Amino acid sequence: MSKDQTIGEALRARGISRRGFMKFCAATASMMALPPSMVPMIAEALEKARRPSVIWLSFQECTGCTESLTRSHSPTVEGLIFDTISLDYHHTLQAASGAAAEAAREAAMQENEGNYILVVDGSIPTKNPGYSTIAGISNVDMLQETAAGAAAIVAVGTCAAFGGIPHASPNPTGAVSVSELVTDKPIINVSGCPPIPVVITGVLAQYLTFGVIPDLDELGRPRAFYGQSIHDRCYRRPFYDKGLFAETFDDEGAKKGWCLYKLGCKGPTTYNACATTKWNEGTSFPIESGHPCLGCSEPDFWDGGGFYKAISTPTEDITRTAVYAIGAGAAAGVALGAYNRSKKHRMEKQHQKVGIDDLEKGD
Amino acid sequence: MTGTELLIWIRGPALQIATVIFLLGVVVRIFEILVLGRKPDLAEPRGSAAAGGLRTIVTRMFADRGTLQRSTFTVVAGYIFHIGIFITLFFFAPHILLFHETLGVNWPSLPTQVIDATAVVTIIALLAVLVYRLANRVIRYLSRFQDYLVWLVTFLPILTGYLAFHRIGLAPQHLIATHIASVELLMVVFPFTKLMHAFTLFIARYYNGAIAGYKGVNS
Repeated sequence: MSKDQTIGEALRARGISRRGFMKFCAATASMMALPPSMVPMIAEALEKARRPSVIWLSFQECTGCTESLTRSHSPTVEGLIFDTISLDYHHTLQAASGAAAEAAREAAMQENEGNYILVVDGSIPTKNPGYSTIAGISNVDMLQETAAGAAAIVAVGTCAAFGGIPHASPNPTGAVSVSELVTDKPIINVSGCPPIPVVITGVLAQYLTFGVIPDLDELGRPRAFYGQSIHDRCYRRPFYDKGLFAETFDDEGAKKGWCLYKLGCKGPTTYNACATTKWNEGTSFPIESGHPCLGCSEPDFWDGGGFYKAISTPTEDITRTAVYAIGAGAAAGVALGAYNRSKKHRMEKQHQKVGIDDLEKGD
Repeated sequence: MTGTELLIWIRGPALQIATVIFLLGVVVRIFEILVLGRKPDLAEPRGSAAAGGLRTIVTRMFADRGTLQRSTFTVVAGYIFHIGIFITLFFFAPHILLFHETLGVNWPSLPTQVIDATAVVTIIALLAVLVYRLANRVIRYLSRFQDYLVWLVTFLPILTGYLAFHRIGLAPQHLIATHIASVELLMVVFPFTKLMHAFTLFIARYYNGAIAGYKGVNS
């Protein structure tokens, strides 16, 4: 595929009809809460856009983000759109390896200096550069070298966005997010473990259409996808409001599809698009399959006090503390009471009675 | 500190500290009062002290007609916010879950719409009693710093709970953390202020009723 080919040309070459392409543009617009009048604009921009060079760096990660992106969506237009990006370096997907792969990365960096998009998945170890290397280059060095010439960085997955699982306590590798190392480039955090595929493609499509990074929330995530909590968009929300909860995974409530709050659902504190865009081509999302939300698109979700522990409950053993406190309080109360009583008696003993004679003594 | 880290600290170590201060303080004060005891009454009993005491604990829950007529606003607004706090505290599902987890007891919850409406009414009632305190010259003159402190630490959990439920102003983790922290503040302040009335009212009413009961009269 020629690098000078536009996205429109590339899609037509792959047999995507105009109608199919417009449907994708309309879906992208509605996903990003843009008015329908923007659809032709998206189509026009995508049609004419030169395939931008994308360099994908994978650091301390499990490849789940790449799996999410490629496998589950490979037959769809979203998958092809990604194909039509000039993915110049992605060590899981590229055919080249070793020195040839690194050469491709360097060539892409030089050719597109200041214009390429850098996609990162995985966190970066800071304790010892040897913990994670690619072609003998440490993750920190490779990130800084590649980020220097990037137009924007997309941190795909919770590891790249917030440190993720490698960052979980006790964080043996000193793992950090991209934003902790790179501060002079626009960074779009597409968090999730893994993120929803259409969210990744949607963010890239928006960047290609408007040439600017999307509106981000305080955690650097595009508001279009991370603007509402799972809880607020959950189809099980009416059960929460009515006070109908599944108490265990196999009780009557669970079978009837009641709210999973008591089973530790992190929906109320998690912002992501799962409840609306869903997974596997809109089939379902974790709560729909009967499992509480783990809160995977939020920082430190791994250390959030237990996946199956409700948010409103203590993370430590408060009952034992309470028993000790009551015991100690009772003992201290009795001791203080006894002291007060003895003081009272002592005072009573020391009390000198004053009679009429005493008053006259002094003349 | 991220929202999750803050929430974990508030749900963990901070709650431990607040629980220790609250329970230790409350239990010490109650035992101190009980150990202090009463002077022996050497008079011939003309009725049951215990029966009189227990009866008064119940009867003083209701304002007598004279008090109701003289201080209608105080009695009505007082009832509203006390009942409101009771309902929101004990009948909101996430709160019941906390009691279930720590005390092992469980009971059904009320719909969130009912809790929501109750919280709004409680907030209005608490604001009204503050305005009344400030507007009424006599009550304002009698009010000390502690009266305003006690009002604030009672008001904050309801307000932050309402904001957390509707997710107004901050990220959800921060809202829930703020709400729990406001309850922890209430717990810490509780044993050292007039908030102790929640426990001592039973002792005071019992003693009052017992004195009358011993004399064979109604208190």
